[in-house]
Amino acid sequence: MDKKENDIAKKAEDFLRIFRKGEEFTQELLKENERLRYKIIKLEEERNGLVELSDNPQVEKLRERLAEVEEERTRLIDRFKEVEEENKGFATRYVEVEEENNNLANLYVASNQLHSTLDFNEVMRIIIEIMINLVGAEKFVIMLLDETSGVLTTIAAEGLEEGANRKVRIGEGIIGKSVQNGENYFDPDLGANHSGEELHPVVCIPLRIKDQTLGAIVVFSLLEQKKTKLSRVDEELFLMLAGHAATAVFSSKLYSQSERKLTTIQGFIDLLSGRKDV
Amino acid sequence: MGEVRFLVVEDSPTMRQLITFSLKRIPNSKIVEASDGVDALKKLKDEHFDLILSDINMPLMDGLKLVSMIRSNPAYQSIPIIIVTTEGSENDREKGLALGADAYLSKPIQTNELLKVVKGLLKTESF
Repeated sequence: MDKKENDIAKKAEDFLRIFRKGEEFTQELLKENERLRYKIIKLEEERNGLVELSDNPQVEKLRERLAEVEEERTRLIDRFKEVEEENKGFATRYVEVEEENNNLANLYVASNQLHSTLDFNEVMRIIIEIMINLVGAEKFVIMLLDETSGVLTTIAAEGLEEGANRKVRIGEGIIGKSVQNGENYFDPDLGANHSGEELHPVVCIPLRIKDQTLGAIVVFSLLEQKKTKLSRVDEELFLMLAGHAATAVFSSKLYSQSERKLTTIQGFIDLLSGRKDV
Repeated sequence: MGEVRFLVVEDSPTMRQLITFSLKRIPNSKIVEASDGVDALKKLKDEHFDLILSDINMPLMDGLKLVSMIRSNPAYQSIPIIIVTTEGSENDREKGLALGADAYLSKPIQTNELLKVVKGLLKTESF
């Protein structure tokens, strides 16, 4: 009997323990519930506060200002990119202007030298100097045209042994045709190897004054660094030479002729005036 | 930077004018021209130069002889010398550098290249 009672007492204790635990758990749940409810109330309040704030005109203004600042930032970034591009453009332009400046200096020196004398041989020497020192020609000739026979004759040559005394009939070959048409000839394939062939002109510049052709500058070979490509200034120099060299040659020839005529006339005058030293 | 004095030794008036034209772009530059080595030595006696540019092939005294004479004179030893050679004159170029030239330039001369070499030898960034 005692044992039975003991069992019942033990079970009652167990039950009570479980019941207490249940009670504790319920208490905790109630507390948690209370805490959550409190939190919900707080969040509700916060939300209501924010809703009120969003209706506040100050906030609206700030929002607008923020949008403006964002827009300005984007605009500034774009402008910065533009300025950067402009800067690059200026740098490129500066290099181009520098190059142009150098080219103009070359052209100025060349024309200045060409018109610095009326002596025919001196003019020839200057053309040769320009061709070597400014253009970078290695092998070339200067030819003058005899209008009556229509033959171009070499009057100065540089870097050539064979073909230095060549004569070309107008209309014949590259040189003859270039002179006949009065058009500059530039070999479209400058880098091509023409060795083994007869002298092959790479550049032919007719020397012209208006419609009159006086002769030509014919280049057969350029210096190593120019063998594959002519720069723009080279072409400018050639064009300048075509005009200025022709004028210089023409003026010097006229000057020589007038000098000769002057000497002859002076001789006559001296003869007529009976000067003893004639 | 004070005055920079250049002596340009070149028999070709065209080249002389071109080099002078290029050097004039350097602020405060003074350029004296000589037509050959003998003329250059005369001018060296008369005034001080900061840099000499010399051609190789010249009458009376060529550029190589001039370089050797300048370098053998203690008074001129420190003056930088640039020799100007035509393309394909490898020997002259090497001889020039061996005799004491500081740099060389090949004809046809490019102004930018000339100014770059000059700037390097004068150790200045001011132009």
